[in-house]
Amino acid sequence: MATVEQPSQPTMPGEPQADAAHGAGVRRRDFINIAAVSFAGVGAAVAVAPLLIQMSPDASVRALSSTEVDVSKIQPGQGIKTVWRKQPVFIRNLTPQDIQAAASVEVGGLRDPQTLADRTKPGKQNWLVTLGVCTHLGCVPLGIGEGENKGEYGGYFCPCHGSHYDTAGRIRKGPAPTNLVVPEYEFASDTVVRIG
Amino acid sequence: MSFAWAKPYEPKNNFMKWLDERLPVPRLVYGAVGGGYPVPRNLNYFWNFGVLAGLALLIQIITGIVLGMHYYSYAGGAFESVERIMRDVNAGWVLRYVHQNGASFFFAIVYIHIFRGLYYGSYKAPREMVWMLGIVIYLLMMATAFMGYVLPWGQMSYWGAQVITGFFSAIPIVGEPLRVFLLGGYAPDQAALTRFFSLHYLLPFIISAVVILKIWALHIPGSSNPTGVDVKDEKDTLPFHPFYTAKDGFGIGVALILFSIFVFFLPYSLGHPDNYVEANPLVTPAHIVPEWYFWPFYAILRAFTVDFILPAKLWGVLAMFASILLLFFLTWLDRSPVRSTSYRPAYKIFFWVLVLDVMVLGYAGQAHITPFTLALSQVAAAYYFAHFLIILPLVSKFEKPLPLPTSISHSVLHGEKEESAPFGLTRTGPAAAPAAAE
Repeated sequence: MATVEQPSQPTMPGEPQADAAHGAGVRRRDFINIAAVSFAGVGAAVAVAPLLIQMSPDASVRALSSTEVDVSKIQPGQGIKTVWRKQPVFIRNLTPQDIQAAASVEVGGLRDPQTLADRTKPGKQNWLVTLGVCTHLGCVPLGIGEGENKGEYGGYFCPCHGSHYDTAGRIRKGPAPTNLVVPEYEFASDTVVRIG
Repeated sequence: MSFAWAKPYEPKNNFMKWLDERLPVPRLVYGAVGGGYPVPRNLNYFWNFGVLAGLALLIQIITGIVLGMHYYSYAGGAFESVERIMRDVNAGWVLRYVHQNGASFFFAIVYIHIFRGLYYGSYKAPREMVWMLGIVIYLLMMATAFMGYVLPWGQMSYWGAQVITGFFSAIPIVGEPLRVFLLGGYAPDQAALTRFFSLHYLLPFIISAVVILKIWALHIPGSSNPTGVDVKDEKDTLPFHPFYTAKDGFGIGVALILFSIFVFFLPYSLGHPDNYVEANPLVTPAHIVPEWYFWPFYAILRAFTVDFILPAKLWGVLAMFASILLLFFLTWLDRSPVRSTSYRPAYKIFFWVLVLDVMVLGYAGQAHITPFTLALSQVAAAYYFAHFLIILPLVSKFEKPLPLPTSISHSVLHGEKEESAPFGLTRTGPAAAPAAAE
């Protein structure tokens, strides 16, 4: 009579007495339980994957990952706002005075120490290409358009929380932690910049 | 919850005790789907379909919420956004295939569930409310499925919307203004698409609420069982967990394998290629049929071709709605006190004839209209109503049922004392001690 197998008793909470009769050791049923539940767990994880990855940028967004800009019409002292990955990009043709102002700064004393040369291409030091996204909380700084407030250092000024950037796009005053980001770019020709 | 011997929830540690006194959710779960819910021990695999329907609803809600992140309910961009989901969105294709085939999966499960209820008399006392709430869910499902089918804004979507809202125009006097009101225009367009999207998103949550009511109502008498005999004592039941969680788990595994075959290998087998042509208000597809789960009703709709007092169009619409509303009155149409058809030799024949009849209606509903298919749908539709309104009351009056088993445990265990002891009390338990001494 004791050989009659009553299924699953030990898995029931509050039924410890049943297992005592069996003695110790892993039973086949324990193995099946663990295997089945593990398999269901792996299956659930696989099912969750598409629910999550659908949120990352889709193919049409990824297709916008590089953009070419003609800069031949930008005179020294002027700048343009363009778009890369749906974010504003500032392309500015610096005047000799701007370059002078940027070079005269003691780099070691900056919050994010970088020289103008670090932030431009060799031989193209007058072309400053940065994202037009304040590194504080993402607003678009003023200063690229004619007549806009360029801030205390003649570069950019973010109206949201008052960050001042200099002519090299470096943070000089205000809450922003780093300089304006210089995206990956190259000169496809003398007059065309390829961003991304 | 339902029986005196249901094991009460006992918090295992101080935290659970603390929680139980403040927010007894674990107690609720334990009593609903845990060790504290006694279930007849003889349930067969047809009793998996309630849980499977819940799973299908969950799959539809989750994939639907995600698809809603990428879909535009804009008449000029809905079709394109669905194609973007298929091509551009990461894993969008699998999400849409699951949602699209998931609707069919849901209906297939629910149809088996309904016929299970018809066979085993689940609509009879004391479970009338469970059955009627089920019919409410089914009607809500039909509305949800229809509005969801309109969203891709393909040819079938558009003309489906046109035809289904056309039902309302059959109502005398107020019909046509009502149709225009429902569509927000004279034909389906932006206004209709946006409201269908909004309601398609809403209704599944209303279904979920009715599901909760249904489970609540079910757990008062507890599940029915294949013999239809009432649970008499503890020997007749097993705790839901682990016995039926395991059985349902197995059923879920099998169902998901079958579902995956459709999702990954036959994703278009249940759809119509016409729906991959963008909606065109000027051209109706040559052969317009609803999704397979509406075929039987479509056959009933089309079966009426002659004006008789009322216009044929109105008869068709009335009959179609009546074919479902009829199910609300099943408890009173079937007077037999015997629940399970297994013990009803005469009704058993008519049950299977009804199954066949619904399949014939399904065939007629998707076929091209010819004199033959029209006659077929007329005969089958007439039989459908005859089954419920004439055959069922008469059979339940004149039939002599087979003898019922004395109890559930007797029917499955044939009286073996050891096995029929209440769960947890065998071998080492106190109740088994006298038996062991014999």
